[in-house]
Parts: sequence; C-alpha cells; structure tokens
Amino acid sequence: MSTTVGPLLSIADVSIAFGNEHEPLCAVRSVSLEVEAGEVVGLVGESGSGKSLTCRSVMRLVAQPGRVSNGSIQFDGRDVLAMSPAELRAFRAGDVGMIYQDPFSSLNPVYRIGDQLVETLRANRGLRKAEARSEAAMLLERVGIPDPQRRLLSYPHELSGGMRQRVMIALATASRPRLLIADEPTTALDVTTQAQILELLLEMREQLGMAILLVSHDFGVIAQVCDRVAVMYGGHIVETGAVGAIYDNPQHPYTRALLESVPELEAAGRDRSEQPRPGIPGRPPELGEELPGCVFAPRCGYARPTCREVPMTLVPVGPAQASACPVQPFRQQEARA
Amino acid sequence: MTQQGGPVLEVAGVTKEFSLRQTVGERLSRSEPTVHRAVDDVSFTLQPGEILGLAGGSGSGKTTLARCLIRLVEPDTGTVRLGGADMLAASGAELRELRRRMQMVFQDPYASLNPRMTVGQAILEAGRVHRRPGSEDGERFVAGVLERVHLSPSFADRRPRDLSGGQRQRVAVARALAVDPEVLIADEAVSALDVSVQAQLLKLFVDLRDQLGVAIIFVAHQLAVIAEVADRVAVMHEGRIVELGETATVFGAPRDAYTKALLAAHPRPNPRTKQEVRT
Repeated sequence: MSTTVGPLLSIADVSIAFGNEHEPLCAVRSVSLEVEAGEVVGLVGESGSGKSLTCRSVMRLVAQPGRVSNGSIQFDGRDVLAMSPAELRAFRAGDVGMIYQDPFSSLNPVYRIGDQLVETLRANRGLRKAEARSEAAMLLERVGIPDPQRRLLSYPHELSGGMRQRVMIALATASRPRLLIADEPTTALDVTTQAQILELLLEMREQLGMAILLVSHDFGVIAQVCDRVAVMYGGHIVETGAVGAIYDNPQHPYTRALLESVPELEAAGRDRSEQPRPGIPGRPPELGEELPGCVFAPRCGYARPTCREVPMTLVPVGPAQASACPVQPFRQQEARA
Repeated sequence: MTQQGGPVLEVAGVTKEFSLRQTVGERLSRSEPTVHRAVDDVSFTLQPGEILGLAGGSGSGKTTLARCLIRLVEPDTGTVRLGGADMLAASGAELRELRRRMQMVFQDPYASLNPRMTVGQAILEAGRVHRRPGSEDGERFVAGVLERVHLSPSFADRRPRDLSGGQRQRVAVARALAVDPEVLIADEAVSALDVSVQAQLLKLFVDLRDQLGVAIIFVAHQLAVIAEVADRVAVMHEGRIVELGETATVFGAPRDAYTKALLAAHPRPNPRTKQEVRT
C-alpha cells in the first residue's frame, strides 16, 4: 500500500513548547518515534509525560499557545509540518483517524449518529447522500453495532459508553485511514467493555491493514494489544522496545519502577508485610523545569553524579530495544522475576 | 464502643430504588414510573481492622451502597449498624456522632478539598467540629494528623492548588482521620492517580489498618487494586453482591459468572497472559 520505502510515520527529534519565544516551556523534548505500516505501537507514561501531546502533534492538533518548536514529522514520506491548509485537511480526512478518551464529548449531542456519519462521509469521501447512508450502516456493522439501520437514528445519549466509542471508531476509520491514533480510548470504560474495544481495534487492523498508535497510562492495556512500546517520562522517551522484552527486562530505571508499581491480580492473599509496592518517591518534573541531564535522575535510585550532566539519548541495549539511561544498571542483570 | 470480637459494621438487606424520569407519553397515560433498583438487598459485615474491597463495573451500585452507609443517600429498607448502634434510626447529635465514626474519602481530590482553606485549616475544622481531644492546640493537632498520612507538618500552610494529586488525596485521608473514625469508606480513592503514586497510597491504607486498626471499605472498579489491599472482596453486579469471600479465594477460584468475566477481561501487564473477551 505504501508508496515509499521506510516507516509509515516518522517523528524525528520533535519538541513541543508552550510560552513565548524567549522563555519556551518545553513539554516534549527531542522525541523520535517510528510506526511501520500495519504496526501497533504503544506510548505509555504517567500524566504530564507528554504522550498525548506527542500523538496530537502528528495531526497538527497541538492547541495554541503550544507549538512544535523543533523536529520533523513525516507521514509516508510527506512533511506533515509543511502541509498547506488544504493538504492538511485532506491528510486528516483520508490518511489518519483519531479517537479520544471521552466518547461522551466527541460526538455532537444534538445530531443523530447517522447524520454525523453521513456528514463525515460526504465531506471526506465526496459520497452522495444515499450512498453515504448505506455506507454509514455498513460502517456501524463493521464495528459490531447490532441493528445498524435503527442505530443510525439514535442520538449519542441513547448509547452506552462502549457503543459510543464504537461509533467513534466507525467515524475515525470511515475513510480507511492507514494510521489510527487512539488517545486513551478505553480509560473511561469498564474492563469488560475495554476488552471488547481493544479486540475491535485489533480486528480493524487485520481488516484494513492500518497501523495504530495507542496512548495509554495503563501498561496492561499496552501489553494486550501492542507490538512495540515507547515509555515516556518528563517529555522524553526513556525506553523503547518490543512489549515482551520491555516487560521481562526493562533497561531503564523508570520503566522498571513503573512496571513494579502496576497493581496485579496475583497480589491477592499475599502477605502484606512481605514486599509492599514501593511506588516512586518524589514527583515528576514540572513544565518549565530545566534539567540538563537525565529527567529521572532526581528520583532514581541508581543515579550517579554524571547523570545530571549528560544529555539524554537513546542507546541500543538489545535487539530492537533502546534505553536513555547512561548508567545501564540492569545491563548485565537477569530479567525481572 | 464496639462489643469485643463483634463486627464493627453490620449491613443487612439494604435496598435503594430510584424512579426514572418519565417521558411525556408515559406521564399522560399515568403509567407506573419505571424503577431502577440501584442497590438490591445487600448484606455484609465488616470486622475491626479489616479491609473489604467492593468491586464492580460502572452502574453496579457500589458507590450508591457506600453512600447509603453514611446516609448521603437514604436507603429505602434495610439496617446499617455501626458498633451496634442503628445508623438509619439515628438523627441529630446521635447521627453526627455516628458519622464521625464512619468517614468517607472520595475519588476526586481536586473537588473534595476547599480551595480557599489551607491544609491545616481543613484538618483542624474537622477536629474542632467533632470536639476531638487535642484540637485546642491547633498546630500540634494538625501535625499529628499529617504524620499519620506521612506528610510533614510544613504542609499545614499549603493550599490544595499547591499540592499534587497524590498529596491532595493524602490530605483528604488526613481530614477523615482527624476525627478518629472506626470505619473509613474509600470510594475510588486511588482511581484518579498515576500508578507510581497509587502504589504509595495503597501502602498508606494498609498502614492505617495495621497501625490504627481502622476498618476500611475500599470501593474500586479495578480488581488489581483491590487484590493489593483487601482481605475480603465483595463483587457487585446490578445492585447485588454476587460474590463475597477472601480476596485470594475469590480471585483464585471465582464462582460467579460475572466475577469470572471481570477477572478474564482484566488487562494483564504481562503480554503473554492475554485477556479474554466475553460477551
């Protein structure tokens, strides 16, 4: 499908800043990330780590006064940041789809589901009304909504959260995009609904061959659907690699601390005094806080004095795994128990 | 206060119904209003120093049940006994005293603290309203309460906006502890927090149980969070408790179909343990 060789999406050295020219407040710093055609890549991190901003920058949706202050974003060889308004409109309409955390505020409450789908199809794909109508029913069917003809007449408030997210997925994939950006798509949903929506996303990837960039704070969600994951902290990507490799053998102290903080079902009945989850002491850096070295150094148990001086760069630490830790304390160690 | 060895809280047959708003047609035809039973005949007991997890999906009735216990929502029928005293029959000063003994911590630490009060003022207000011993000496009282939630006394002068989410939630817990409750109801108290902060808060709840002997009802939609802290767990579905037992037993060998579905759908951080989708 791809017209050029190389990754479908390539984010290179991107920084996103707020504030004015003289005193920029950097929320995302020199982030590089690639997504191959048909690949599912996860972006995991805690609140304020810059994961949402990074994926919004791909659609050029970073809200003012925020701006991409450095770097380049290439989609299928085209420069996204240099697109004219018309090109950008076509790019958003046809090449990339996006779904958000809150399926309650993403749909217009005063229009029927069908009208919203038809409007999108007519604007983005130039279909005529009758065509758009039958296409809309087909789209609802594809995302597993029963009785689509009747559902076209429903208003958003008549649907459950899971059904609304299915409608959002139908809208976002209406023009068969090659990349779907999903920003915390299941955070507002129950676990049973969450599992269904994640399953649907994987089905859509199979059917349409599209790539997915999935943002989540929940490593469990990432682990269930992604091929690769990038871990963000304080505006930087601190580690990337295959999901399995990162889970077994994280090579950055933050990734390890994050994984060890994730609550697990297996903890049930364990002796509490034995090994309480430590969490991570301290607090993440604030916007505008300038740390010359590693952003995690102030909270890191393995930090050395040089950590606060050496600028952060991702270094390969294994096949297709890279860590930004200059100390590499886990390099020679065994995998996590 | 509590009889030796007996449960600190006994809940029996609590039911709460809400009538749904009628459409114009229904009102014209004078049909009976449709009733939604949010909490349906719920009974359980809570032992002193026990952490009981209350799990379930959204709309399962867990928050309504929690609110019924301290009468933020009035239950229709049933009994709630705190240390033998009838919570639902109490009024006036007696109810105020019972509510002191059973405190609640809410999900959103941004909404549950008064933005114009300092942390110290908020804690001291709670202590003075309930005339807690030691609350005459404000500074020492506040420092003592903050210490219980592992915050330094310097936090007393700060306002909520200066605090992180995790610190705010500690202050909300401190405010509840300021009045020496026997039961603490934590309604999704860690759900809005990042996992690294969440882990610290979970440890705090276990510490409070161990050190102060306070019993905790821990409401959460995330089963893994309950697995981390609860001695026993009650799983709610459509207003009923469908399964109740030791956490390890329920999670290890669930018997109810809904519990099984919840556990199966739980996203596992290990990519090789796949979740299951059941409809």
